[in-house]
This record gives sequence, C-alpha cells and structure tokens, in this order.
Amino acid sequence: MRTVVDLTRCQGYAQCVFLAPEMFELHGEEGLLYATAVPDDQVERVRQAAAACPVQAILLGEEVSPDGR
Amino acid sequence: MADDLKSGRIVVVGASLAGLRAAEKLREEGFTGSLTVVGDEPHVPYDRPPLSKQVLLGQATADTTELPVRRNADAEWRLGVRATGVDLTAKRVLLADGESLPYDRLLITTGTRARPWPNPEEAGLAGVFTLRTREDAAGLSERLSAGPERVLVIGAGFTGSEIASACRERGLEVTVAERGPAPLVGALGGTLSKLAAVMHRNHGVDLRTGVTVTALNGNGAFTGAQLSDGSRVEADVCVVALGAVRNVEWLADSGLAADPRGIACDAGCRAFNMYGIVTDDVFVAGDVSRFPHPLFGYQMLSLEHWGNAVEQAEVAAHNMVNPGPLRRPHLAVPVFWSTQFGLNIKSVGVPTYSDHLVIAQGSLEARRLAMVYGFKGRVTAAVTVDMAKSLDYYRHLIETGAPFPPPPGAADRPIAADVPVPSDVPDPSVLSHGPTVALTGHLPDRRLTVV
Ligand SMILES: Cc1cc2nc3c(=O)[nH]c(=O)nc-3n(C[C@H](O)[C@H](O)[C@H](O)COP(=O)(O)OP(=O)(O)OC[C@H]3O[C@@H](n4cnc5c(N)ncnc54)[C@H](O)[C@@H]3O)c2cc1C
Ligand code: SF4
Repeated sequence: MRTVVDLTRCQGYAQCVFLAPEMFELHGEEGLLYATAVPDDQVERVRQAAAACPVQAILLGEEVSPDGR
Repeated sequence: MADDLKSGRIVVVGASLAGLRAAEKLREEGFTGSLTVVGDEPHVPYDRPPLSKQVLLGQATADTTELPVRRNADAEWRLGVRATGVDLTAKRVLLADGESLPYDRLLITTGTRARPWPNPEEAGLAGVFTLRTREDAAGLSERLSAGPERVLVIGAGFTGSEIASACRERGLEVTVAERGPAPLVGALGGTLSKLAAVMHRNHGVDLRTGVTVTALNGNGAFTGAQLSDGSRVEADVCVVALGAVRNVEWLADSGLAADPRGIACDAGCRAFNMYGIVTDDVFVAGDVSRFPHPLFGYQMLSLEHWGNAVEQAEVAAHNMVNPGPLRRPHLAVPVFWSTQFGLNIKSVGVPTYSDHLVIAQGSLEARRLAMVYGFKGRVTAAVTVDMAKSLDYYRHLIETGAPFPPPPGAADRPIAADVPVPSDVPDPSVLSHGPTVALTGHLPDRRLTVV
C-alpha cells in the first residue's frame, strides 16, 4: 500500500502522528513528513489516521497496476 | 449529446499526477468509453514532492512514491512510450513506436522537466544531477549516502532550498549559489527571502547570492565550479536546480498554442490553437498549462503546484464529459507548500502579483508569521511560515477581493498600525531558478514576462 498526504490541505493538526507514529512525523513545528510505503502491519493505523484527519488530507491505496488495468 | 460525451475514446498524454487524477475523475463522472493514458516514463504515476524531502533525507526510497489510486480508472496504461505529435484534423495522437491512437477527446498533462545545465559536456560529468524524476532522486540520494565532501546546489528556489536543507540535515557540507539577492525571492519577494537567507546560514549553508556559476569543472567526474565573482567552489556533487522547462516540444507542429510558457487554455481547460481560437476536444491540465485567472487580472498563470495539478485535472475531466452549460471553470486559488530547514512554508494566491505586503501575524524574528500581499489595494496572496491554520482565512480574503491592507481578523495584533512595505518581487530574468508561479501576461506598470 502507498500513502500520499495532500499537503496543500494539511494544517499540521498531527492527529495522524498520534495515531500512526511510525508512518507520520512532524518535522519542525508543523511540517509533516510521511512514509510513502505502508507495510501491511501499519495499514490499519494509517486507515485510522486517514479517518481522523480533520481536513481529509490522507489518501491510502494501491498504486496503478498497469496490466490489471 | 450529453450521453455521447460519456462514451467514445479519450486519450490522456502524461501519466503523472494530473493524468492519473483526471483518469479517475473521468470514471467518477460516468465516462464508460475507452480510456488510454500514455506516459514516456516507464513507471506508473508517482509523486514528486517526496523526492526532494523524504527521499533525500533517507526516510523513503525513490521507488516507493507511487501515487495511491482513489478508484480504478479502468484505463489502458501505455507506459514507456513518448507521444511525438498530434494530428488535430485526423484526431490522432502519434506515438514514438510508430503507432497512432485515435481519440474523440484528448487531455494533455505532459508537465515539465528539470532545466538542464546549459553546457551538455559539463552536465554530463559524474556527480552532476538535476531533480525531477524517480531516477534523478535515486541517483542523488545514493551519492548523498556515500558521504560527499561538499554538495554545490545551483539555484535557490524551492527545490534548491529543499535539497540544501536535506543535505544539512544529513550533516553534509553545502554551498548554494543563486543569481538573485536571496533564496526564494522570485516566488515570495524581498521580505521573506531575508528570512530564507537567515535560515540557510543558521543551518550552516555556505550561501552565495548575486553570483552565477560560470563553469563546472572536472575530468570525467565533477570536482568543483567557477563562480562569476572569480571564486571557486570545491565540491564533488552538484545539483542543478534552475527551475523547470515545459514539455511542449512534441506539440510544435500540432497547431496548438504551445510555447515555452506552456499550452494556453481557457478557464474550462480547453486548449487554444495557435490562432487563439479555443478547441473543444483538446484539454490541458497541470504544470504544462497556462490559464487565465479572474482574481489575478485574467493574466495567464503557469503554476508548478501539486494542488493545481489535482484541481485542474478534475475540472478538465469534468468538462470533457459534460456539455457546455454544465461545464465548470478552474477558479481555485493557487496553494503551494514547501518544508525546508524545519519550517513549513505555505502560500495562497499569487505572491508575485503584488506591489506591497504587511506582516499580519507573528514576526520574522519569531520565524512564525503570516504575510499578506496586496496589489493596487486588494489582497492577492498570503504566505505563512509555521502558521498553516491561518491560510484558509487569507484564502477567503483573496477570493473576496478584500481591501489591502486587510483589517484585523485572524490577526493577533492590529495590523492597521503596520506600514505596508514594497513586496519587492524581482524581474524573473535575474534569478538562477525559474519562479514556480509565472504571470505570463503584462501588467501596465511592470514587466513580468518570463522568457
Ligand atoms: C523534487 C520536486 C519537489 C516538489 N515539491 C513540491 C511541493 O513541495 N509542493 C508543491 O505544490 N509542488 C511540488 N512539486 C511540483 C509537483 O510535483 C508538480 O506540480 C506535479 O508533479 C505536476 O504534475 P503534472 O502531472 O502536471 O506534471 P508532471 O508530474 O511533470 O508529469 C508529466 C508527465 O508527462 C510525461 N511526458 C512528458 N512529455 C511526454 C510525451 N511527449 N509523451 C508521453 N509522456 C510525456 C512526463 O515524463 C511526466 O511523467 C515538486 C516537484 C518536484 C520535481
Ligand atoms: S491529521 Fe491531517 S491535517 Fe493533521 S497533520 Fe496529519 S495530515 Fe495534516
């Protein structure tokens, strides 16, 4: 699984950091850095973080599979 | 008619952020026809912003930034194939492998590429990089991990500054050479660029401004560079961060309004042809586009912004499958972010479309502030440093054409007392790096054309 955060929307509320500390990290006061690749054992936490983000900035999903169309 | 638009053949050229989001949106809007996405990179769509952040910091590898999909676009992905032209009359996209793809509607999302170092021989030295693609990022991060003696970054725009910041965080020595008077001055103007310069220096960057790099030296491998002030920088890695070039060459003979500033389109993302007549079957979105914005005097904006690629792709997709009266304009106020030297810098609106600015909240000394930009008495932009939560308020001021200087609102002190200072936006031609927002029309009182 992959994740991307829409940082134009993110306001640094840091709920994600609290819910999935291995995947999200504040860099300085409010700059968010996130892990792009989500290991299986973190998927549920990232899902919770995505649900909790007040501005719905976190997207979790599979990448395009070019052959599976 | 409306039903016709939901079927047929749509071809998207450019398989990155804008191309992917458009493909998804087309299906969401009920398009049931055939959808083909052509991309010259041999990869499924991936995200670029992490390449200068997480990847250079060593927190992610360059091969893990693929974009997650929101829905299955049920598209045929033609990856690793370049489009070489388009025949507007026959309605066909020509591919480098000799094939041609017929379309009923075409979307162009070919984005930009890194502006190369002008001397190809010097650019070819081992250790000289640009940063735009996954391969660029993988190569550069490998070199940084090997612990070079010094990294020279040419150009102190957003990308150059982020690269310098990542290098310092990894404990690497960095020299930054910038032709303009300070980092980020092209995008944010004089006042914030002073803070940017302080941040570079406080973090141990050897920042050289007002200089150009005149030659890259080395015998096979890069060993250093010559600067216009006569000095020499000894370094074993060089990152050329001179801004971006729009991928329009493949359209040279197409008859579309495509030039180095991008492909001109209307507010509904429909491309203009070279006579300035709007097409109805060719659409444009993302970094390669140039579009008129009513909030900024209907000047043609060229944005290199992640958020714009997403929003414009969605508007283009909507308009490709809906009839005239249901079409939407692309009116989103531009938003951009950058993280560097531990600061979260966000901008809304177009800071270069300004004559004055005030610090509305916080201060430069606190390294936490919101700065509001105005043009002819109207709020046109705001930049926050570690104050992202205020951004929406300023976006509202811009959208409503609020008077400048703005009345106290989100402000934590009465800004009416503050004296607006000139925004000090330079002529882009004096910068090393290209601006990430370019106004490509003319203001009556100032020249802002980007060459
Ligand atoms: C290192 C880096 C850091 C960034 N950081 C930020 C940031 O912090 N904030 C922000 O807002 N933005 C940032 N951006 C900008 C953001 O990534 C872009 O705005 C975004 O990628 C634009 O998407 P796009 O789809 O329009 O174009 P692109 O991503 O440029 O994609 C265009 C695609 O089309 C392909 N193509 C070109 N010509 C052809 C052809 N003839 N045939 C087939 N395919 C073709 C290209 O190879 C490419 O894959 C950053 C960019 C980079 C490179
Ligand atoms: S919860 Fe959402 S807004 Fe808050 S830091 Fe995470 S992504 Fe940003």
